[in-house]
Amino acid sequence: MKDYWKSIDEKNLRIVETKQKEIEPEFSIVGLSSEDVKLRSTRRDFLKICGYTAVSAAILSSCETPVRKAIPYLIQPEEITPGIANYYASTYFDGNDYCSILVKTREGRPIKIEGNELSGISRGGTMPKIQASVLNLYDTARYTDPLIDKAKTSWEQIDSDIKKELNNISTKEGNLIILASTVISPSTKQLFGDFKEKYPGTEIIYYDAVSSSAILSANKLSFDRAVIPEYKFDQAQLIVGFNADFLGTWIMPVEFTKQYSQRRDLTNGETSISRHIQFESIMSLTGSNADERYAIKPSEEAILLLNLYNALAVKINSPTYKVKASSLDVSQLAEELWENKGKSLVVSGTNSIPVQVIVNAINSLLNNYENTIHINHAVLVKQAHDKDVLDVVKRMNDGDVDGLIFYNTNPLYDFPDVENFKNGLSQVGLTISLAETADETSDACKYVCPDNNFLESWNDAEPKEGYFSLAQPAINKLYNTRCAQDSFLSWIDSDSDYYSYIQNYWKENLFNKQDKYPVFRTFWNHCLQNGVLELKEESQAHPDFKLDVTTYFDELVKSHSKATHEGLELIIYETIAIGNGKHANNPWLQELPDAISKVTWDNYVAVSPKYAKAQGIENEDVVIINDQIELPVIVQVGQPEGTIAIAMGYGRTVAGRVAKNIGQNSFGFTEFVDDLRQYSVTNIQLTKTKKTYPLALTQSHHSMEGRGLIREATLSDYLKNPSSGNEEHEKAEEEAVTLYKKPDYKGHHWALAIDLNKCSGCGNCVLACQVENNVAVIGKEEVRNRRIMHWIRIDRYFEGEEDRPAVVHQPVMCQHCDNAPCENVCPVAATSHSDEGLNQMTYNRCIGTRYCMNNCPYRVRRFNWYDYSDSKNFEYNLNNDVEKMALNPDVTVRSRGIVEKCTFCLQRIQEKKLNAKKENRTLKDGEIKTACAQTCPSNAIVFGDLNDKNSQVSKLFKDPRSYHLLEALHTLSSVAYLTKIRNKKNLTV
Amino acid sequence: MYKTKIRGVLIKGNKSYRQITDDIIRPIEGKTPRWWYIAMTISTLALAMGIWAIYITISQGIGRWGLNNSVAWGWGIINFVWWIGIGHAGTAFSIFLLILRQKWRTSINRAAEAMTVFAVICAGVFPLLHMGRVWLAFFIFPYPNTRGPLWVNFNSPLFWDVVAISTYLMASATFWYIGMIPDFATIRDKTKSRIKKALYGFFSLGWIGNARSWLRFETTALILGGLTAPLVIAVHSIVSMDFATSVMAGWHTTVFPPYFVIGAIFSGFAMVLTLMIIVRRIYKFQDYVTDSHLNAIAKILVFISLIMGTAYSTEIFIAWYSGSEGEIYTFFHNRITGSHTKAFWTMVSCNAIIPQLFWFKKIRSSIAMVFIISIIINIGMWFERYVIIVTSLTKDYMPSNWATYKPTIVEVGTYLGTIGIFCLGVLLFLRYIPMMAMSELKAINKETS
Repeated sequence: MKDYWKSIDEKNLRIVETKQKEIEPEFSIVGLSSEDVKLRSTRRDFLKICGYTAVSAAILSSCETPVRKAIPYLIQPEEITPGIANYYASTYFDGNDYCSILVKTREGRPIKIEGNELSGISRGGTMPKIQASVLNLYDTARYTDPLIDKAKTSWEQIDSDIKKELNNISTKEGNLIILASTVISPSTKQLFGDFKEKYPGTEIIYYDAVSSSAILSANKLSFDRAVIPEYKFDQAQLIVGFNADFLGTWIMPVEFTKQYSQRRDLTNGETSISRHIQFESIMSLTGSNADERYAIKPSEEAILLLNLYNALAVKINSPTYKVKASSLDVSQLAEELWENKGKSLVVSGTNSIPVQVIVNAINSLLNNYENTIHINHAVLVKQAHDKDVLDVVKRMNDGDVDGLIFYNTNPLYDFPDVENFKNGLSQVGLTISLAETADETSDACKYVCPDNNFLESWNDAEPKEGYFSLAQPAINKLYNTRCAQDSFLSWIDSDSDYYSYIQNYWKENLFNKQDKYPVFRTFWNHCLQNGVLELKEESQAHPDFKLDVTTYFDELVKSHSKATHEGLELIIYETIAIGNGKHANNPWLQELPDAISKVTWDNYVAVSPKYAKAQGIENEDVVIINDQIELPVIVQVGQPEGTIAIAMGYGRTVAGRVAKNIGQNSFGFTEFVDDLRQYSVTNIQLTKTKKTYPLALTQSHHSMEGRGLIREATLSDYLKNPSSGNEEHEKAEEEAVTLYKKPDYKGHHWALAIDLNKCSGCGNCVLACQVENNVAVIGKEEVRNRRIMHWIRIDRYFEGEEDRPAVVHQPVMCQHCDNAPCENVCPVAATSHSDEGLNQMTYNRCIGTRYCMNNCPYRVRRFNWYDYSDSKNFEYNLNNDVEKMALNPDVTVRSRGIVEKCTFCLQRIQEKKLNAKKENRTLKDGEIKTACAQTCPSNAIVFGDLNDKNSQVSKLFKDPRSYHLLEALHTLSSVAYLTKIRNKKNLTV
Repeated sequence: MYKTKIRGVLIKGNKSYRQITDDIIRPIEGKTPRWWYIAMTISTLALAMGIWAIYITISQGIGRWGLNNSVAWGWGIINFVWWIGIGHAGTAFSIFLLILRQKWRTSINRAAEAMTVFAVICAGVFPLLHMGRVWLAFFIFPYPNTRGPLWVNFNSPLFWDVVAISTYLMASATFWYIGMIPDFATIRDKTKSRIKKALYGFFSLGWIGNARSWLRFETTALILGGLTAPLVIAVHSIVSMDFATSVMAGWHTTVFPPYFVIGAIFSGFAMVLTLMIIVRRIYKFQDYVTDSHLNAIAKILVFISLIMGTAYSTEIFIAWYSGSEGEIYTFFHNRITGSHTKAFWTMVSCNAIIPQLFWFKKIRSSIAMVFIISIIINIGMWFERYVIIVTSLTKDYMPSNWATYKPTIVEVGTYLGTIGIFCLGVLLFLRYIPMMAMSELKAINKETS
């Protein structure tokens, strides 16, 4: 375009400008032509670029994923190697259950509890509550700070306030009570003594929600020792249990399961197993394992025992007593017991002194003391006398108590007459709770001095005389809490902390009882490393049973005839998972199916099938019990007619988000009779309603439909033919004809063998697997939709008559079939077979067609129906940063829409393989243990390499009792089951 | 061809070629009727329901369906198989009846092929939506990729499904479209609307109707027909293999491929019958789709129904004969008796017993009865898939895992949604595409069968 000018001036101006440009070359940028210079930005360009930048910044920033900071160690701690787990020996005791444990920590976080194999008590076993306890550490319902009247305060403030009040009580010579569940820590006991010295009016009162008070008293009467004796189920040839769920909840279930399963082992050439007869009023785990089980009403137990006593007394010409004949004839039982004199064991879980005295008398007649029962090795996990707490309540109501410190106890939840307790408490001036997590009692206390979690604190324990163990912190305190013992120490103005206090105690009291370590330091380090110290007690003479049982006989006969037998009898029992309700806020425990009923997330009224039929009640119908509580019904086979049972531990009102308002509190039904707490009561009225309440069951069909899933034989048949009951296996082996080559594994061939004769069905493997493999908790609604995520489940079937059912348990996990039906149907090859015989799942590949789930005949594959982590619909343990700290970093957290299943703990196999490789050696048999195998308290699960001909698993695979599930389908499963052998005789009772 | 007066003419009313053209084009050229708008609204509502259900499924998860760990497939797969079955009508009509020289098919095959295309589209929705991670659905296609490369599992019947169904959809759609070219050209030439002229002109691909074009057209149709014929058998055989290759009792059955193909044709023909009875009445096409057409289809149905009955009894016999406890349980205690009895006996009576009424000429010639039975057959075929999938999964090998299955509103919504898609497709087809092959009709005008 031509350059037109408008005026002369303008023309001249342009000339000037052009000239100026020509004479200012020094301002031009070197290398740019004048043409380039013309490209200078204008205001318009600026705005354009601005706009562009703003828009793209906005778009880009909106796409950004949230930043998650991983803060590295500033100074690398010496003992922590990222990716390598550290194990610390410690002790679990919650006032109820004891276990010596190993705490697995990763990057400084406890993530798993294993049993400590060095312990002579728990011998590497655990129980579900113990497995799940690691989540209690990260529980968001824990107290984070000390509270005065529910307002956060500092430790200095709360200590000075409390000390002032304690001194006030001291000066006016008032009464101070420390109410605690049984304390087994010798140091703590000594500390209580020190506390008493400083504040003289102090009394220590033990209160156990699940009490063994009668056993203590009966032994006091019988042997002058108010203790629970040591029971040796492994020494007993014949075990007779009366309402004692010793494999599930009674006293020391871990130890008892270890002992019991030891005598059910037929794999090492053994030809005899113990025989177990159970009389019980609920369908318990123990009863389900018994060779013979008889359902009795609680009121029938005493008469049975009396008759049994008489039948035995006749044998040695002891005096017999007049008693009504029992509903069951015990003469044959007495014969059998007599045959097993000195190697039998009679136990009763009933909290009644006369009953326990008679049991002692029977054991004494049978010469069982010093053989299967040792009164000199007292078990200390239950020390509370029921009378004591009753006194406290009475004194509180009389205004006789000035201060009350609650340690590890929750009476405002589990006391029978909570209102009475509450009234009393309102008259107490000083109330202090040392609770770790908010509970009903701490909620009513003025001062809350939150205790550490056991994984954050030092402690020691003496669960059984001569058996000591130490607890050490595995993580620094998460919150501003303080170990309860440190609180006591600071209130007595001690300048020592609890750690040095324990050390001192051990130095003074235990160090001198051993001679292996001359220096305390090495002794202490050794104990700390092992977690346990087991002293050899010098054997003392066993006291004789010299008690005259006449009065107890009369008492029992009288009370039996007095008892009204109208209405129903109600039994309040403990479940394996929830127990007394202390850990009800643990979602893992809530979702663990009950071993018998397979109900999760609720308690319920168990009624007998006959009663249900007569009343027209069905599962899930809501009934009202004594106008007190409304609960749904489960028709439970094996429940004696005329009785109903309700589990305790539910219906917590002050608890975390998980436990709150789940089920109903049944502690209110328990009552004190003759100063003893009774867990079975008579005269119960059951009223039907028209309502129904949904229950979440993980198994709804209870018959095996005659399929050979669980195979069993009697001991006598087994001795005649070891493969008895396993005929199908031979047939399947014969018929297994295939055109395809059998898979050949060059290196390892992993396999699992499960001895159904040892498995008690406790469900510990289910929980261990859940913890190890980050298995999601999905909540009641989803369990009810039959979508539970557990990688291992315990199938439970009933057979026989409804009132006398035989029960079988079978753990089922992925069978890692060598000819896996799931593998060939996946369109995207997300599930494949490894060259070590593992059926693998590649989560990244899975698109969720669920074809594999349909084609798995064992139904062990699990689908992520929703996003279970970070979802507001699944507020359990995967949706907040604190609780997620319990996740195992070696295992992927699965996302929505993919299938998952048991991996045989691939991460453990890999770890141990690498270790062996680093050390340039071959793997040892038994070195790798899957979580389920490691944790099994009855050692029923064995993992190993089939290519190693000498491995335990290879031997078990060749056992005549071994078979595979659904072997006719020719899936070539890598899991073998060993038939169940019942020691059945045709006893007519 | 052999001609006789006994059988009657194929097209009644002694029509001229022009009359035929006018008749067939009338729905396209005429004013849109009111019922069409109403039907469109209802279909769109159903579709909206489906879109809601799909949104819920994708945004929240398959958890919103009634499935569980034991019953991992439910309505989704039932409806998938059901739609695929319906989708067999078109090709069966076009190919099998062509091979069997059944000339009466000409007035029906276009609509049947349209149904095929829409039904297969509906069917395709389910396997896709059924995936846990639908956003990764492309994993199922075998193409060189940057993911390793990871390859698909050629052993999986689900992968065969993908191949078979996509091939079938493409082949049927092409076949359908090519058959329409001369008719599009006719409309192009006849219509007065410029838009229509342009559109039909575009789709008629410049058809001028000269002898060479006809020659090529017929050759192409023949080749495509020949190619598609085996597909009809392949598709449903492969769908049946989803079940037949598995180990589940009640699924693991060698009779499945022929049984499924026959079943599919059965449901397809029934659906054609349902649809044609409505269409001929609304558009007054009784001269083209004559009573003898319906009669002929009814005769085919009674024959297939016998095969269905045979298949059912074979299955039951083999279950007993195998001696396998799982099979015996599934068939005798969970289908014939047990908790799924209703579904089983609905299936048997709808598919094997009620269609036997077609033996009676009186019933065959009663349009109302034919209509009702055609619907009953489609219900029966739905129940057949229900019985196969749900009974086998709810009570499998492990009694501990026996569970129940109930669909949720989301699953029902998805099903309604696909019905919406189907109806929408059919309505658009009726309005914008000549629903009978004019050129072919002209070829058989005044002919007897």
